[in-house]
Amino acid sequence: MTFDAIDTWWLPFLFILIAGTAATDIWRFLGVYFGGRIAAESELLVAVRAVATALVAGVIGNLVVFPSGELAETSLILRLSAVAIGFAVYLVSGNRMLVGILTAEAVLIAGMLLSP
Amino acid sequence: MSDLQDAAPRAETDASFRWFLRGVRAALTTPGLVLATAFVGFASLALEEGFSLAEAGFMTVAIWALPAIVVLMGAIKSGATLLAAAFAVALSSVRFLPMLVALVPEMRAPRTRPWVLYLLSHFVAVTSWVVAFQQFPRVPREMRTAFYGGLAGWLLVANLGVVVIVFTLAAALPPVASAALLLITPIYFLTSLWGSSRDDAGKIALGVGVVLGPLCHAIAPTIDLLAAGLIGGSLGYGIHRLRGMRRA
Repeated sequence: MTFDAIDTWWLPFLFILIAGTAATDIWRFLGVYFGGRIAAESELLVAVRAVATALVAGVIGNLVVFPSGELAETSLILRLSAVAIGFAVYLVSGNRMLVGILTAEAVLIAGMLLSP
Repeated sequence: MSDLQDAAPRAETDASFRWFLRGVRAALTTPGLVLATAFVGFASLALEEGFSLAEAGFMTVAIWALPAIVVLMGAIKSGATLLAAAFAVALSSVRFLPMLVALVPEMRAPRTRPWVLYLLSHFVAVTSWVVAFQQFPRVPREMRTAFYGGLAGWLLVANLGVVVIVFTLAAALPPVASAALLLITPIYFLTSLWGSSRDDAGKIALGVGVVLGPLCHAIAPTIDLLAAGLIGGSLGYGIHRLRGMRRA
């Protein structure tokens, strides 16, 4: 069943509760249950964290390559440049997120205003 | 007589409230500002992808973890089934297990009731988690649940406000501003994931996943995130292990 499979007001909320809340809170609750009883660092958790990171990274890639709304009106080159330069400046600035975000935004806005 | 009996619990309630407010104040710092920026990005994205304010607000309150929310939105956008979406979100949220395992012993006092910890755990996301670990040494142990409640509770309520404001104002924005808001989410996550990955497995997974996401989306849109996560994560972990073995 998909998010808008049947036309009711409650299905999206039920979908969010099951695929969102339950899928997230289960780990939070298990963490409380096991809190202090198991080691927080293990090889399995390194692997699990890598999968989670790659998954969210997949979303990042999709948002840049297949954006929605007004961002879709910009060129792929501009979006990639903005993110790449923002990320580079973030690294150079000693991992300051706000600096990286503002740089990427500045490149995007400059590119949009300068392009015909 | 009854005044005397009440005095001690009342003093404790006062102290709890004071530490709750100090928790709120701890949320009004740079990490809180960065998170609010990220929620501006999320709300713009949700609006643009056709979610209602009620749905976006519900996701904020009921899920709260922003990576889980954007993974869920991505899965919904690509037409994933309930099971596939839940699986992708669950994979993106496993990190909460070790996060809570580490946080709970710091937060639990001898008289802390379990339900308080389970309730507070829903408010755990990476921002409050990091701030809590920074601030806890200065918070008396019996006051840490109150402090965390103020910190994480305020972050949630404030960002729900951010979502409402963005939904109200976004329609009036010029196109350049709308586009700029939509770029916040990817750059926010790129930098935050890089900063929070402690080992090279995470950094490799991040690099591979960014490329694999769009690639898998072009090939198999309904399972793109699962594929990117499993392939990218395995590669990252595999290379991390190989390097470790070579070093040893």
